[in-house]
Amino acid sequence: MSEVKSITGRGIALVGNDIDTDRIIPARFLRCVTFDGLGEQVFADDRTQTEGKHPFDLPEYQGATILVVNGNFGCGSSREHAPQALAKWGIEAIVGESFAEIFFGNCLAMGIPCVTADGATVSQLQKLLKENPQVAISLDLTTMKVRCGEEIFSVSLGEGPRQMLLTGTWDSCGQLINYEAQIRETAAKLPYLSQFVAS
Amino acid sequence: MSKGTLFDKVWELHTVGTLPSGQTQLFIGLHLIHEVTSPQAFGMLRERNLKVMFPERTVATVDHIVPTENQARPFVDILAEEMIQALEKNALDYGIRFYNVGSGNQGIVHVIAPEQGLTQPGMTIACGDSHTSTHGAFGAIAFGIGTSQVRDVLASQTLALSKLKVRKIEVNGTLQPGVYAKDVILHIIRTLGVKGGVGYAYEFAGTTFEQMNMEERMTVCNMSIEGGARCGYINPDGVTYDYLLGRDFAPKGAQWEKAVAWWNSLRSDRDAEYDDVVTFDASTIQPTVTWGITPGQGMGINEVIPTPETLEESEQAIAQEAYQYMQLTPGKPIKGTKVDVCFIGSCTNGRISDLREAAKFAQGKHVATGVKAFVVPGSERVKKEAEAEGLDKIFLEAGFEWRESGCSMCLAMNPDKLQGNQISASSSNRNFKGRQGSATGRTLLMSPAMVVAAAVNGEVSDVRELSK
Repeated sequence: MSEVKSITGRGIALVGNDIDTDRIIPARFLRCVTFDGLGEQVFADDRTQTEGKHPFDLPEYQGATILVVNGNFGCGSSREHAPQALAKWGIEAIVGESFAEIFFGNCLAMGIPCVTADGATVSQLQKLLKENPQVAISLDLTTMKVRCGEEIFSVSLGEGPRQMLLTGTWDSCGQLINYEAQIRETAAKLPYLSQFVAS
Repeated sequence: MSKGTLFDKVWELHTVGTLPSGQTQLFIGLHLIHEVTSPQAFGMLRERNLKVMFPERTVATVDHIVPTENQARPFVDILAEEMIQALEKNALDYGIRFYNVGSGNQGIVHVIAPEQGLTQPGMTIACGDSHTSTHGAFGAIAFGIGTSQVRDVLASQTLALSKLKVRKIEVNGTLQPGVYAKDVILHIIRTLGVKGGVGYAYEFAGTTFEQMNMEERMTVCNMSIEGGARCGYINPDGVTYDYLLGRDFAPKGAQWEKAVAWWNSLRSDRDAEYDDVVTFDASTIQPTVTWGITPGQGMGINEVIPTPETLEESEQAIAQEAYQYMQLTPGKPIKGTKVDVCFIGSCTNGRISDLREAAKFAQGKHVATGVKAFVVPGSERVKKEAEAEGLDKIFLEAGFEWRESGCSMCLAMNPDKLQGNQISASSSNRNFKGRQGSATGRTLLMSPAMVVAAAVNGEVSDVRELSK
């Protein structure tokens, strides 16, 4: 399991609050049994309607790894297809004003940090990325700083998720199954799994 | 930090331990799966050579991709056929109970688990579907998860989670005639916002919810996620137990009394502490309709579409986006807006009591010329029950189509889709851009009764002006 300590590269800004997972990946692309190929369909309808002017279509943002968004990003459907589509396009970390909870959890389970910053910081980052798409940007989870060109900003992430990323335990599956004895012990105490005798 | 709430009690009871990250390892009492978010999870199990730890605690059905007209196999949509086959194989390979199309028990996952008595108070329930919050109506802690977490539950029956805060949403009083559970939750979301609930579980309390039947309570809890709250619940009471008694998986015989005693002990204490409390007066709630592209963009049926200056600054950009997408004018009424499609169904409003109420208004009337209206029962059992009561005939005579059960046009993963920029009056839960299958399609969310009123008049109407 790989540790996630920092992400470096170039950034891409996507402006707007309440961008839901139906927009990130429309439902018709969920007709699949693997996550392969979702990268090409990310923001499919928004991209069609903006006729090549969507940030994910602009040549200057191809290869970007850090996405900068506004409030309540990833709201709506729990579909992990949304972060999978972003990841397959190339996104490795997201900086935003706030994230919907299920989306945040899905990203964490994939090793994608979703860090938050205040509105002014996000706007400034988005402005810098718009003015200079080639500017170097990096997110450091050890110092909780984003560096964009010469500017440095503080960002936040809950300590639990931060530790999971730093120590490479973000894929919790391996860790969870290690506690089988304790899991069975907990189950045995649940009244509804023991004919309500335990109650 | 909340204390003594049902949420606290159920959380504690299901806590396996604290993980090195500080997160809780939480046992999941009931895991529900469907064809869209589970195949990749089984793929991950195979890759890692993992077993399902508690196969008897997972129940599967197929709902999202199911056609509601021609259900003959193989499905016409080969991708849909591939998905149902994957689920059939996974259920068989791992020994998981599966309610397939035609079994008599298939339906929307959030309709079938309650109707079979699988959903019970005091359980933790997870499903790869955000509307899992529905099951909170029984006093369960139920929430949506992603596919990697579906894998985790299959492999370990647990999840790594951070505890939520608890906000009590108290609504007191009696609803006006023509005002339904759907209006209550749309009103709450409109007031608290679509991200107001992030980080919270919502406890819905007060006399208004106490007076609701279980299906109405499910409608409310179902849309918690639309207010940003991953989980919403109502303390179990006599209404809950009356609903559960005699259902397939409900405790039987001597166990029943013990179960009820345990369930009662889980109710939030009188002196429970909450992280936040918000109160509403039920008598002020109007039949509510959404006008925009988020479920929080709602309005009373007789109000005008809000103008930008009446909105908070943070809401203005998304409002501008909504006016443009919806092609609606701020300052104008929503009433009288022509509709093209009317949809009754979904995990929000596709249960028998929803269909009964809608049928009362549809009886003896007819869908307006040029409007396509259809009813999709939430499950095969709901369909059968409705047909036994003759509701299908009422709808058919009124010009509605009567379909097979599934998620249908709530999210349009099956052939039921809007075309072009059609407007739908919909009893579902999301009005996001493109949600109902067309990239320019427009959705107005409302109660099933209001959908009938829109269908009959061909335009958004106040159901209180339509005779039963």
